[in-house]
Amino acid sequence: MNLDIRMPMGIMFAVFGVILVGWGLVTAHDPMYQRSLGYNINLVWGGVLLLFGLVMIAFARRAMKKT
Amino acid sequence: MPTIINLAAIDYVILGVYFLFVLGIGLALKRYMKTGEDFFLSGRAIPAWICGLAFISANLGAQEVIGMAASGAKYGIMTSHFYWVGAIPAMVFVGVFMMPFYYGSKARSVPEYLKLRFDEKTRTFNAMTFAVMTVFSSGISMYALARLFELLLGWNFHFSIFASAVIVLIYIYLGGLTSAIYNEVLQFFLIVLGFLPLVLIGMKDVGGWHALVGKLGDVAVGHGYAAGTWTESWQHTGAAAANPMGVEWFGVAMGLGFVLSFGYWCTDFLVVQRAMAANSMSAARRTPLIAAIPKMLFPALVILPGMIAIALHAKSGGFLPIGKDGSPDYNMVIPTMLARYFPPGMLGIGLTALMASFMSGMAGNVTAFNTVATYDIYQSHIRPNQSDSHYLRVGHVMTIAGILVSVACAYAASKFNNIMDMLQLVFGFVNAPLFATFLLGMFWKRTTGHAAFFGLIAGTATAGLHWALTVPAGATHWIKGGCLGTLHTYPVEMAQNFWAAIFAWAACFGVTIAISLVTKSKKTDEELTGLVYSLTPKIVDHHEAWYKRPAILGVIVLAGAVILNIIFW
Repeated sequence: MNLDIRMPMGIMFAVFGVILVGWGLVTAHDPMYQRSLGYNINLVWGGVLLLFGLVMIAFARRAMKKT
Repeated sequence: MPTIINLAAIDYVILGVYFLFVLGIGLALKRYMKTGEDFFLSGRAIPAWICGLAFISANLGAQEVIGMAASGAKYGIMTSHFYWVGAIPAMVFVGVFMMPFYYGSKARSVPEYLKLRFDEKTRTFNAMTFAVMTVFSSGISMYALARLFELLLGWNFHFSIFASAVIVLIYIYLGGLTSAIYNEVLQFFLIVLGFLPLVLIGMKDVGGWHALVGKLGDVAVGHGYAAGTWTESWQHTGAAAANPMGVEWFGVAMGLGFVLSFGYWCTDFLVVQRAMAANSMSAARRTPLIAAIPKMLFPALVILPGMIAIALHAKSGGFLPIGKDGSPDYNMVIPTMLARYFPPGMLGIGLTALMASFMSGMAGNVTAFNTVATYDIYQSHIRPNQSDSHYLRVGHVMTIAGILVSVACAYAASKFNNIMDMLQLVFGFVNAPLFATFLLGMFWKRTTGHAAFFGLIAGTATAGLHWALTVPAGATHWIKGGCLGTLHTYPVEMAQNFWAAIFAWAACFGVTIAISLVTKSKKTDEELTGLVYSLTPKIVDHHEAWYKRPAILGVIVLAGAVILNIIFW
């Protein structure tokens, strides 16, 4: 295969994750989190997206080493 | 005009990052697009899991996401029949039984298989109807995107059309089918990761599953149905009047579960193309089976939000906006929930997921269109025997043409709503008879070209006649049917569609068999090797790991679907 989609996809989700985590930290305790029932969803879910992105990058790197 | 969703700067940043990656992937793929096979078929080099996710995403356009949530609110868990009955069995069938012929024949498109198996006229009939349908679908998708974003965000209608057309054009032009497939994979994960928190928060808000069942019981009783109607998928299908969908179990099982779903999943080039791009026969066969696993679980992501929204609406009122006819505006389920539960930041992710499914819906149609237009129409009728690079250039031109026609269709849709309604109706029954043609073609070597062609015509005509002679209850316009008289009145439009499909299929099946018996096949057994079951060597895969064997995967997937049906019986 030519371009491993996991690399750009991993980077994209990692970028999303970093943006959301950062934004979640900056806006912690902001009243806007009443919308998400009091959870700082940007921080929490940003973490999930970051983790997903990093896992995808790791998979892509492992595949690259094999070939 | 007040907008429903107000985006903050951070949301635009997220949307911008997404577009950057979409275009970047197209740009990165450009240097791999050297031959026609690279552009139209991804060089048949895509691993199974990517094809599988693209297969499912190509079907999961934004209209589907919004429509399924709307149905979840309107009909409850019965909507999941579109998944557990109307998709899984057909997906298993196409993977286990049909893919060996699609992939093994080396056909570059579904119409081309018809040419190899039958004759030129059958291929041309299918190629023409498919090409027209697919650009219209892409146009309707574009129109829906522009309308929704105008309503939600206050974006200019023309801007949305123009921007989406340009972006899709750039990434398909550069990266061909691979671009489309990669973006479908992005979309898959965006939808899953973008909507999962929406469902989790919604569930928390409604008070958990048991509280949801209780509240939906009140909704059902309020509409005059038994309490479990919104949370039990089969119990209330004994009679059409006992459930809000207005269908009975036979119509569901035969019309949706057999004819419509097999017609779509097994013959629609839009999805089959994803499997044809796979890097091996085994990967091609696993494509629909891998796709079936998330497909089975999608009701939790796309139908459940609708059920949550209607439960909350019933409890406190005013959760959903009220439509013109005084009932809740069901199509607003997903946008309303995004606006209600997601603060800026996460809202950007949710909206990007929605945007991604619109774009890949269009892109999927455009890549299927350019392939059929280049190989099945241009190469076979206009200029045969040209070099590969010639057809590659034509493919580029067809991509631009496809997008331009889509834009025209999008504007037509905004002017003539009725015509679009009718077209969608027509598309519904064009596919239905096709499955009879493939079933007979692949599994009965006696089927002839004349039989396939006239069977298809008969099936399509039957569907048209059925539409002209029946109406759904309460229809006020000839577009809904009955223009030649009324032989039968269906309780709802959906029941009319199911039965149209059943009749169309049966007519095609019957006529194809009858004509095959009185005509002689022009193809020799040698020509049919690899195209027909009885003349193709069986695939031996005992040496493969169990999780790579289609038959085993198929059984696991079917068992999963049966269990889900039982749990939510």
